[in-house]
Formats: sequence, C-alpha cells, structure tokens
Amino acid sequence: MKRLRRTMLFVPGNNPGMIKDAGIYAQDAIMFDLEDSVSLAEKDAARFLVYQALMTMDYGDKELVVRINDPSAKGGREDLEAIVRTRRAVIRLPKTETAEDVLLCEKEIARIEGECGIEEGSTPMMAAIESAAGVLNAREIAFSSKRLIGIALGAEDYVTDLKTNRSPGGIELLFGRSMILLAARAAGIDAIDTVYSDVNNEEGFRAEVELIHQLGFDGKSIINPRQIKTVHEIYTPSEKEIAKAQAVMEAIEEARRKGSGVISLNGKMVDRPIVLRAQRVLALARAAGVLREEAENDA
Amino acid sequence: MKVVKAAVSGTMESSDIMVTVAPNEGGGLAIDLNSTVEKQFGAAIRAAIAETLEQLGIRDARVTAVDKGALDCVIRARVKASAFRACEREDYVWEVRT
Repeated sequence: MKRLRRTMLFVPGNNPGMIKDAGIYAQDAIMFDLEDSVSLAEKDAARFLVYQALMTMDYGDKELVVRINDPSAKGGREDLEAIVRTRRAVIRLPKTETAEDVLLCEKEIARIEGECGIEEGSTPMMAAIESAAGVLNAREIAFSSKRLIGIALGAEDYVTDLKTNRSPGGIELLFGRSMILLAARAAGIDAIDTVYSDVNNEEGFRAEVELIHQLGFDGKSIINPRQIKTVHEIYTPSEKEIAKAQAVMEAIEEARRKGSGVISLNGKMVDRPIVLRAQRVLALARAAGVLREEAENDA
Repeated sequence: MKVVKAAVSGTMESSDIMVTVAPNEGGGLAIDLNSTVEKQFGAAIRAAIAETLEQLGIRDARVTAVDKGALDCVIRARVKASAFRACEREDYVWEVRT
C-alpha cells in the first residue's frame, strides 16, 4: 500500500528532548531539521545529534525525513555524508529552484551510496519549493529525479519572495499551491503543504487544512504535535464515503467473479478514476482506524 | 586526535547534556560528571563518554559533563561534537548503519 503522508512533524535538529519524544505521537512522518531551525554555530552539533538518533532510535513505522543545508556548500555536503549513511531517511532538499538543484544533490547522494556500498538509488528525496522561481519550475523539479517521493511548499520564504505576507485566507499562496500540486500529480509524486505557524489559532489552522485537503494535497507539514489530530480528522473519510468506496470495490469483485468487463454500480459505470478514489478513501480510513478489518474483508 | 583547546556543546535543557572537552596533556582521561540521574546511570554515562573518546583516538582530555537526563545517543553525539571542536578537526567519520 502507498505510504500516507498526512502529517510531517518538524523537529529542530539540535533539540534532544523533541528528538526523543518525536516517536510517541500519531503523525505519519518526522522531519528532522538541520537547516533553518539550527544556528550556524550549532550545525555540527545538530548533525551529530540527528545522525546518532537515526543510528539508534526506534521510531516504529514512521517515515523519517532530514532537511539538509544547501548541498552546494560544505555544510550541506557534510549533512549528506552523515545522513545517507544511516540508510534510514528521506533527504529533503531546501529552497529548490531548478531541476539542476535536485540533480546536484542526487549526484552527491549517488557518490556516497557508491562509496559505502549502499544500493544506488535507495535514498529517497523530497524537494521543498520556497521561491517564485521554484514555483515556476515546479514541473521540471517534480520530474527531475526518480528518487523524489514528493515536493513541498515552503510558504514563509515564498511569500517574502512575492513581496507579500500570509493572510488568513491564503489567497497569496493559491497559485503556488496549485502549481506544486499539479506538478506533483503530473509526475506521480506527493504534494505536501507548508506549515501553519500560529499554533494557538486552531480555527485558522482547521480552515487551512480543509482548503489544502480540498485542493488535493497529500498532507501538511506541522510544527506542533497538537496539530496532528486536526489534520487526521480532516483527512479521515466520512462513513458515507467509506460505504461508497466499499460498494465500488464490491462491484469490481462482483464483475471479476462474473468475468464481466464492464463494471456498474447502481446503474452507473465504474471506471478507473472512481476505483482509484475508492482505494484512496479506504487507505485513509484504514490509517485513521475507522475501517474494521472484517468490514474490509466482507467488501 | 589531540585536544588543543577547551570546547563545549549541548545545553542545560531537559534530555540534553552539556559536555566540555579540554586539554589534559599526558594526564589521561578525567571525567567530572554532574547528573540528575547520577545514582541510576552515572556509571553508564561515564562509560559512554570514555568509549566515544576512545573511538576517536583521544587519550588525554578533561571532560566536564552536566547531564539533564540525556539518552545514550545524545551523550555520544555531544561528546563527538565537543571533541571535534576541541581538536579543531572536521574530518568526521560517519559509519554506515547495517
């Protein structure tokens, strides 16, 4: 089954308390940050800390991601030297502006994999797009490497680049979000939305998650464990949606039994997009724990 | 590696350990530990510090550590960061996880 990426929790790379606790919450992914949340003087210490945690800590089946520093500079290259060797984390490239940025990072990763006998191509990547140039190049970025599992919007830098700021409705992000989403979908990878920094504004956070859910994003970056529940709630299908999805899967099974090529449900044709939507609904329901196994087996 | 100056990493926050590595020319390894979990884990923390320095080939060093309940991996990370800073070296060795 495809991995769900509804919630990706940001964890500052030089904070042992948060690194220790990051595994106890219900988020789908943990993103250890070596970039913006770490001061220049502490880059080495954070790198040792995240490396050592990845070498020893048990985070269950959560996806682990590390945001590295600019890999065209010394610090970012050292981040790659350390993190690729843990064979455990997705490399998140910050401030991606062009396909070449991804390729440069990929080349470094491939070199390290080759040097230490790690299977070439086994280290996945994500690219964060945080500028106007990056958004305009989103398609090329999304298609640039087979290692990419997704692209993400980094809105704080992006709105600064646009010479605006973030508003409650997020109108200033609409084009960037749409562009990133379309690029990700065209390339068959995931689209992850930006963080919502005002942790105390639950109403505003909920409205934003509802918006990005409706736009089609796979999930959202979050900065506080308190935000997990809201995202998962919004990404949990309703009973009606689940029942419909199960009926679709049942109709397919029925058609298969009869050897029929045409599948119909309540007089309507069931075609591929409907099946794909039904599968996604069931995957989300399963992840949210609202789909009982027996119900699934009956379907 | 040879310790050439005093260097520190880590903080006094919960779950962290602040480790200072300083020169101790010809004096071997001296570890001064102050830990909130001294009774339960003092010996294990000292062993982790000594083992990490030994792996880096550091024989002479004066280590001062103030521990606030750090995990083993945090202790090792902080000792390494302080040691490389204290030796003014950046030729880190990253092992491959098997």
